[in-house]
Amino acid sequence: MQKYSVFSLIKNAFSNHQNWEVAWKDPTPKSEYDVVIIGGGGHGLATAYYLAKEHNIRNVAIIEKGWIGGGNVGRNTTIIRSNFMYDANARFNEFGMDLWRNLSQELNFNVMFSPRGIINLAHSDAQMNAYARRGNSMRLNGIDAKLLDRDEVKKLIPMADFSDQVRFPIFGGLMQPSAGTARHDAVAWGYARQADDMGVDIIQHCEVTGFDVVNGKIKGIRTSRGDIKAKKVGLCVAGSTNILAEKLNMTLPIETHVLQACVSEPVKPLLDGVVTFGAGHFYISQSDKGEMVMGGDLDGYNSYAQRGNLPTIQHVLTGGLALFPFLSRLKMLRTWGGIMDMSMDGSPIIDKTHIEGLYLNCGWCYGGFKSTPVSGWTFAHTIAQDQVHELNSELRLNRFSTGHLLDEKGLGTKTWIG
Amino acid sequence: MLYIKCPYCGLRAQKEFSYGGDATVKRPNINEEVSSEDWDNFVYMRKSPRGKHIELWQHIAGCRQWIKVQRDTATHEIFQTAKVTEEIR
Repeated sequence: MQKYSVFSLIKNAFSNHQNWEVAWKDPTPKSEYDVVIIGGGGHGLATAYYLAKEHNIRNVAIIEKGWIGGGNVGRNTTIIRSNFMYDANARFNEFGMDLWRNLSQELNFNVMFSPRGIINLAHSDAQMNAYARRGNSMRLNGIDAKLLDRDEVKKLIPMADFSDQVRFPIFGGLMQPSAGTARHDAVAWGYARQADDMGVDIIQHCEVTGFDVVNGKIKGIRTSRGDIKAKKVGLCVAGSTNILAEKLNMTLPIETHVLQACVSEPVKPLLDGVVTFGAGHFYISQSDKGEMVMGGDLDGYNSYAQRGNLPTIQHVLTGGLALFPFLSRLKMLRTWGGIMDMSMDGSPIIDKTHIEGLYLNCGWCYGGFKSTPVSGWTFAHTIAQDQVHELNSELRLNRFSTGHLLDEKGLGTKTWIG
Repeated sequence: MLYIKCPYCGLRAQKEFSYGGDATVKRPNINEEVSSEDWDNFVYMRKSPRGKHIELWQHIAGCRQWIKVQRDTATHEIFQTAKVTEEIR
């Protein structure tokens, strides 16, 4: 594989960049693989990469209905963080932060990981107390957390509304300085390029239509491009999890909902990190191009449409305007939607299933992007070793029946409130 | 914007309503032995189909009644609405 560097860039400049190698091939599906990963999003691509790299399993195919990077890995708001309170979530995502820090070098692809910090704003004493508690939990797990008072927040985001007239005054906030953003497309492409180089077949425009299960054991899958035998199959399909689960006669603690995001026209640099509003559901960061990247609530009803409705965007931006009045002067560039696999406790599932050789990776809610590396890493381990890793030992499917929920926000089973 | 026909008030905008989830989930009967599995299925397990979905909505900024709505989760088209006591087929 051609290494990407300043020297290869100069060399290719002499041929007008016409002779770059393709980053990944377009293979015809073979009749049999050791492992088939369904879903060519960030998590599926990362899983295939770590299967090849960490476990030397290279006879692997990724089956993608659309094109790689066309789903949620290209639709999220690129936020990376590990500011969780529960040990299982905190350890899992902090391991992921370590993978992020070295990802550009490891993949030889600039994923533009930019740890500029995230601030969760508090608008009451009670919220400050809750954040102090969460910050302490984070620090016990070795994650950096800083409780900011009103003046400290004002230094970091002076453009927020600090006037006396606001309905929800800023009391302070909880900051994770090591959190940040990354270029989401580059993450998908970087993993795809390396996985392809190690022998993984990336098969795009191939829909899974059914499964071959004999005596409780997976034998292969049926696709729009023919049957494929497989010793092991991993499901990594986010919002489409329930569609495939139905073909397997499985019912899961998951509902699919649509989440919208939007960007403004590009403006000069004004916001350094990520900021979340604490009195409504709204978060914002500024991309390297200068666009303000914003998101918030789910549309609030089961949906498989990768688009949403205007009332939700209006509602989310009302919160945004309350926090940052300058947003009212900006033009909206575009809005879009992605479909979320909302689990009943808000935490993901990476586990084996009751079918031998079938593995499940789902329930990411709207926080899947930040976990892309660690999800792939632990899912690859679970598939290769046929057992969960310590890191995902609490992210199991049976936690709903045993009562060991990881309900980080304490919202219960109303997934659409999110 | 979705427009939902409340069986009591007529056609109203989505903003007047609050969502209540899958209307086909049945709570196990009270005063009867309920297995852990049945309880688990009731509380956590959802089919979440792509296509026709029967769901609960509350006309929270109107008559405040709970209603049933049959809606397509892929296109958002609404086929039928009914009172909670009525069946949607």
